[in-house]
Amino acid sequence: MDAMYRENILDHGMNPRHKGVVNPATLDFEMRNPLCGDRLRLTLRVNAEQVITHIGWDGEGCAVSQAAASMLGERILGLSIDEVKHIGKEDVFDMLGIPLTANRVKCALLGLKALHVGLYGLEFWQSEDEE
Amino acid sequence: MTLPAEHIFDVKTIKADFPILAQHHQTGNLLTYLDSAASSQMPEVVIEALNDYHRRYHANVHRGIHQLSELATDAYESARKKVKGFINAKSKREIVFTKGTTEGINLVVNTWGRANLKVGDVILVSQMEHHANIVPYQMLAQEKGFTIRFIPITPHGEIDMPAYQRLLSDHSVKLVAITHCSNVLGTINPIADMTRLAHEAGAIIVVDGAQSVPHMPVDIQALDVDFFAFSGHKMCAPTGVGVLYGKQAHLEAMPPFLGGGSMISEVTFDGFTCGELPAKFEAGTPNIAQAIGLGYAIDYLSNISLDAIHAHIQNITHYALDCLRELPNITVYGDSTSRGGVISFTLANVHAHDLSQALDFEGIAVRSGHHCAQPLHRLLGVGATTRASFYVYTTHEDVDRLISALHKTTVFFKR
Repeated sequence: MDAMYRENILDHGMNPRHKGVVNPATLDFEMRNPLCGDRLRLTLRVNAEQVITHIGWDGEGCAVSQAAASMLGERILGLSIDEVKHIGKEDVFDMLGIPLTANRVKCALLGLKALHVGLYGLEFWQSEDEE
Repeated sequence: MTLPAEHIFDVKTIKADFPILAQHHQTGNLLTYLDSAASSQMPEVVIEALNDYHRRYHANVHRGIHQLSELATDAYESARKKVKGFINAKSKREIVFTKGTTEGINLVVNTWGRANLKVGDVILVSQMEHHANIVPYQMLAQEKGFTIRFIPITPHGEIDMPAYQRLLSDHSVKLVAITHCSNVLGTINPIADMTRLAHEAGAIIVVDGAQSVPHMPVDIQALDVDFFAFSGHKMCAPTGVGVLYGKQAHLEAMPPFLGGGSMISEVTFDGFTCGELPAKFEAGTPNIAQAIGLGYAIDYLSNISLDAIHAHIQNITHYALDCLRELPNITVYGDSTSRGGVISFTLANVHAHDLSQALDFEGIAVRSGHHCAQPLHRLLGVGATTRASFYVYTTHEDVDRLISALHKTTVFFKR
């Protein structure tokens, strides 16, 4: 229990950063996890240099999916759209720093999936997802 | 030149992996199992894999956040990856688990077919098809009013390619349904060529791979087929699991097949949205143990190598054909030079059922009847045939026992 629900997970999971909806938004995209019914809406605003200036997460999910989205939001604020492309699954796992079983991996990656599918399309995500 | 089987791999060692083949028939003879085209046997490792799942980690997949479900999900998805590698599909999203070849074809007919076939369209089905690759189309044609034309076969039991090309030149052909390897004639059809021709004519191709995948290397990307269905139980896995391969673009564009759990993204009181591939086509709890078993069967076959298995079956089949041709009163159906491990034959003046019964009294299991290919049997002018089929564990001694039992039967029925 303690290994998964570490302090940082509980902190971000219970008090997610960048909670809310950015308006107006450059990207407004919702991703679902059909296995559990979680949904995560991502709103982003980028400036003329394609740098992310505002980010908002909305929706519902478990502590792991909320914490991962929260940490991911902090990570990508100030990055360009192109730089965000290089953030991978491993980066999310590193940020979380906890052991994840296969079914929880889907929770952890819901935010990254919303970001990548929203910005680059489902094909980009699938190419990352193909072992 | 064909090497003797013993030089390819040690068949007796392989045979020892199959507990069922170690038993004696009620006659006291060692069981001679020559009915693998109907259903092959399972090696110990596959039986153990099923046992292990049932004893140690039986749970539903993709759902539970608990250890057993995690283990089951891992094993189930790992089986999908093995299938993907085995047939060289581009993506695991193209691998849909079904309960067998029949369900795979019915899936295509009821989704792609229902969405795309209409009055005025033509589909081509070969004369050598199994009922599973005819009837689903006939059922939909009754409803949609499209036309089914049959691709003729030559006296050698091969696809009449010029006739196929003439049929395709009619610009209304939308789909070609063809078996990779005939379950009666043994003919291995030139799928890559037939696919290229179908595509040039603007048609898709749906291939029944039930008899090919267990016996020979299949590279789905090289064949370039649109859909390809096969069964686990003909390749050392249990019954109840099969695979439908479909090109991702088709699977994405198609409506779903069965509705229910797993196949959705979201459901409201007003409607639903489909889930991602391959979940979109896997409604309900799948045959988890069986799919895991298929993964182990793939490992087992891959360790021997499909090239070696193919060579062995070719070797055994040619040996059996040579022996059968020396027998008087035997007629073999199909003499293509490109053939898999099935031989259908009749013995003059002895009905196929009587022949099978006589062989069973000798401890030899073969199949008799129309092998779910009635139209083909009518075309061949025969009601029923006897079929001997070979697999990775078939030895030359098995064939010798068949031949000597045939001698005995011939003498018996001459009285």
